[in-house]
Amino acid sequence: MTSRVEETGSAVGEPSGSPGSKQVRRLDRVVIRFAGDSGDGMQLTGDRFTSETAGFGNDLSTLPNFPAEIRAPAGTLPGVSSFQLHFADHDILTPGDAPNVLVAMNPAALKANLGDVPRGAEIIVNTDEFTKRALAKVGYQRDPLDDGTLAGYRVHSVPLTTLTVEALKDSGLARKDAERAKNMFALGLLSWMYHRPTEGTEKFLRTKFAKKPELAEANVTAFRAGWNYGETTESFAVSYEVAPATAAFPAGRYRNISGNLALAYGLVTAGQRLGLPLFLGSYPITPASDILHELSKHKNFGVRTFQAEDEIAGIGAALGAAFGGALGVTTTSGPGIALKSETIGLAVSLELPLVVVDIQRGGPSTGLPTKTEQADLLQAMFGRNGEAPVPIVAPATPAGCFEAAVEAARIAVTYRTPVFLLSDGYLANGSEPWRIPEPEELTPIPVEFATEPNRPDGSFWPYLRDEETLARPWAVPGTPGLEHRIGGIEKQDGTGNISYDPANHDRMVRLRQAKVDGIAVPDLEVDDPSGDADLLVLGWGSTYGPIAAGVRRVRTAGGAVAQAHLTNLNPFPANLGDVLRRYRRVLVPEMNLGQLALLLRAKYLVDARSFTQVSGMPFKAEQLATALTEELKELTGGH
Amino acid sequence: MATELTLTTKDFKSDQEVRWCPGCGDYAILAAVQSFLPELGIPREDIVFVSGIGCSSRFPYYLNTYGMHSIHGRAPAIATGLASSRPELSVWVVTGDGDALSIGGNHLIHALRRNVNLKILLFNNRIYGLTKGQYSPTSEVGKITKSTPMGSLDAPFNPLSLAIGAEASFVARTIDSDRKHLQSVLRAAAEHEGSALVEIYQNCNIFNDGAFDALKDPSTRDRALIPLQHGEPIRFAGDQGVFRAEDGTLFVDAVTERNEDRVLVHDAHAADPTTAFALTRLADPDTLHHTPIGVLRDVRRPAYDRLMTEQLDLAVQRQGAGDLSRLLAGGDTWVVG
Repeated sequence: MTSRVEETGSAVGEPSGSPGSKQVRRLDRVVIRFAGDSGDGMQLTGDRFTSETAGFGNDLSTLPNFPAEIRAPAGTLPGVSSFQLHFADHDILTPGDAPNVLVAMNPAALKANLGDVPRGAEIIVNTDEFTKRALAKVGYQRDPLDDGTLAGYRVHSVPLTTLTVEALKDSGLARKDAERAKNMFALGLLSWMYHRPTEGTEKFLRTKFAKKPELAEANVTAFRAGWNYGETTESFAVSYEVAPATAAFPAGRYRNISGNLALAYGLVTAGQRLGLPLFLGSYPITPASDILHELSKHKNFGVRTFQAEDEIAGIGAALGAAFGGALGVTTTSGPGIALKSETIGLAVSLELPLVVVDIQRGGPSTGLPTKTEQADLLQAMFGRNGEAPVPIVAPATPAGCFEAAVEAARIAVTYRTPVFLLSDGYLANGSEPWRIPEPEELTPIPVEFATEPNRPDGSFWPYLRDEETLARPWAVPGTPGLEHRIGGIEKQDGTGNISYDPANHDRMVRLRQAKVDGIAVPDLEVDDPSGDADLLVLGWGSTYGPIAAGVRRVRTAGGAVAQAHLTNLNPFPANLGDVLRRYRRVLVPEMNLGQLALLLRAKYLVDARSFTQVSGMPFKAEQLATALTEELKELTGGH
Repeated sequence: MATELTLTTKDFKSDQEVRWCPGCGDYAILAAVQSFLPELGIPREDIVFVSGIGCSSRFPYYLNTYGMHSIHGRAPAIATGLASSRPELSVWVVTGDGDALSIGGNHLIHALRRNVNLKILLFNNRIYGLTKGQYSPTSEVGKITKSTPMGSLDAPFNPLSLAIGAEASFVARTIDSDRKHLQSVLRAAAEHEGSALVEIYQNCNIFNDGAFDALKDPSTRDRALIPLQHGEPIRFAGDQGVFRAEDGTLFVDAVTERNEDRVLVHDAHAADPTTAFALTRLADPDTLHHTPIGVLRDVRRPAYDRLMTEQLDLAVQRQGAGDLSRLLAGGDTWVVG
């Protein structure tokens, strides 16, 4: 990562020598957005392009964006599904602010996305779908392809449907089935435009449709036809090269990974390293369900997945399994946490390990099921009756979900406490390259169960604490001589017997708090290259990418900004107060109305400023660069 | 192993002072359970009692086994996680009519349909005791309580009908004061693989005293109680018997020489739940007359925990034991440097 190329405005191309008939330009980065109807297969198309790109060795970041409805009415604005991919020859941090290329499969996709596409960008439209009826459906009075709407864009009008059907005329498929392969035609065309390797996609299609070889062949044919179309048609005079991002990555083996997949792998890994069977109790909910799906594939690791009757039973079963000595995990999204709150409180009182994964989404109530938000922080922090502190871990990137899962499990088991893992919709579905851990990074960290009485008289006290961690012994059923009863009623310090004694309750409340406060958390690192910044930008969770990209822009423009990012939110790193007080101004960007800022102001009495957005979409780098620049102007007194 | 165990009632008493109201039916149930557990031949450490909230849910504190006193209504869910991850344990749930049928109704029916290996003891006193006397989901219609001064409007649940409707593989009923019968039912429940629901009529002498007197009073009980024995004609009170009408419903009538061969023979193992269900409907919910006690249904169905374990074994057979490095390095990968 020595030659870091700044993540700046638009992609710059320079012609490079090409002996062929077509010109090849070299780019350092590209943002492509595929957009179409929910049924057009845009997520699959985006996934495939991402895989090709990952395999080619670019750095990348993705942003899937889809409606909550499985199939909204065809051709309507609410039914538009899109997938944005940013890839580069250097390390990048976000899925990109604005597409350089928009692929619009119908008028709705064009209308819904055009506002994000800057003039000068390329737009590839499927002209077959621009019928009078389809245009009217989304409120286009006239055809935007020829009324000047797209003036200033480089428009490629391609009859994708017709070309696909034509390519498949000998396939024996009915016209309707042939039409469905148009997304693969588009993928082939884009793969040609950006010199993507194609073997992976062909292999993927043959595997995906292994049981229907005629469909496999049709999709491969459409994919190749799209490629060839780019190669031969005059409409596409230029193709682009984006070199592998060789300097951006430490040595190692890489794969592309989404946040939810990384999280699931992290949980399996945690179970293996801790030597504990993994038990997942879960109830399907967007955007967390993929973790349940993934973990249910890994029963050969001894992973038990339990699809419960409701959210409450999901966490209840996980807690029951934890009592029995398993690594108990429950996965959900915000509304599910609301239902699980009472059981989380029970886990606090029982002092049993439990990992509670919240893939945050837009709220309140059902809110925006498929969109991202960070508004569950205070729910995780305080959303229980009584004083019920729960540690919180929050990954910063999709790949970071792996480490976060291992860390959450480690804290839970070491301190015998429920732990929150706060991911969100953006991390869950977004993807990026991930360096696969080496075997030596996966060494066991075994757990010690209680096996013997812990009192001189040979009795066993379930709440006799470890002096260092304040954790109580984990004595699992099946261990002779350690029979004991635990419950949600206040218990006597040490013996664990029911106790209503006022002084004991006060002591136990403070002990549970002290245990969480005492969790070892790494110090907060500050990135302040000039060392003289007055402005600190502090984020948490998934805002890391856009914040860091915004900071790069400001620094490139000569501004001094320090950046720090929290992945432990309870307890906070011990040096957080010192860090905050070192800077004249602290800006806290969050996808909520200022929840972290509220905590910082309350705990450290600093005048942290909020910069917030709750649109269901991640911040853009440009927004943050602007916000930081404004702060800098204020600090220097200039306007 | 089990035969070497010489546990006694005393071994199952914890050192905690029992704190139910004097005269509570729970004492009798506790004593019956404590003296029954030794005959299971299971070491104390392999037995777990999980409870929810309510008077009955204090039960685990008084048994010297592993135990968890959890939160209201959730014991079946918590016990499901424990039993399905530790199939070798003997897991018991203690609950009440409010805990199991009101706030926890959802978990109860799902535990039963899954056939998790849980023995669920439902102490039914037809009242809320711990919150001091509101009507419960098994209270009779018109019940005057603190929350229903003009009489309750809710039709009650019949817990055994509900259990059979929820695909329960074992359904039984017994009474707190009849230790011998209670223990015989516990024995049958313990021997059953899968979920066993045992409804125990339990007297709350503070808020609903005498609710089951019709089944206990020597002057009435013979005509009110219908003891069930698998394989035996269902007869009681000397000359009374249970018959099946032409439309399939059951009714009680005097047994005579003419109809003696038509007395219903109890078949707890019948795969079809129809007759067991009909038996649950025999009693009058207000007077409790014609209340069957004993094991109404006891059929074989694979237990959830075993099926789950079998899937894990099958996965290892098919995919091989999990290899972490291989899992993480799966899919398309590339090398840098």
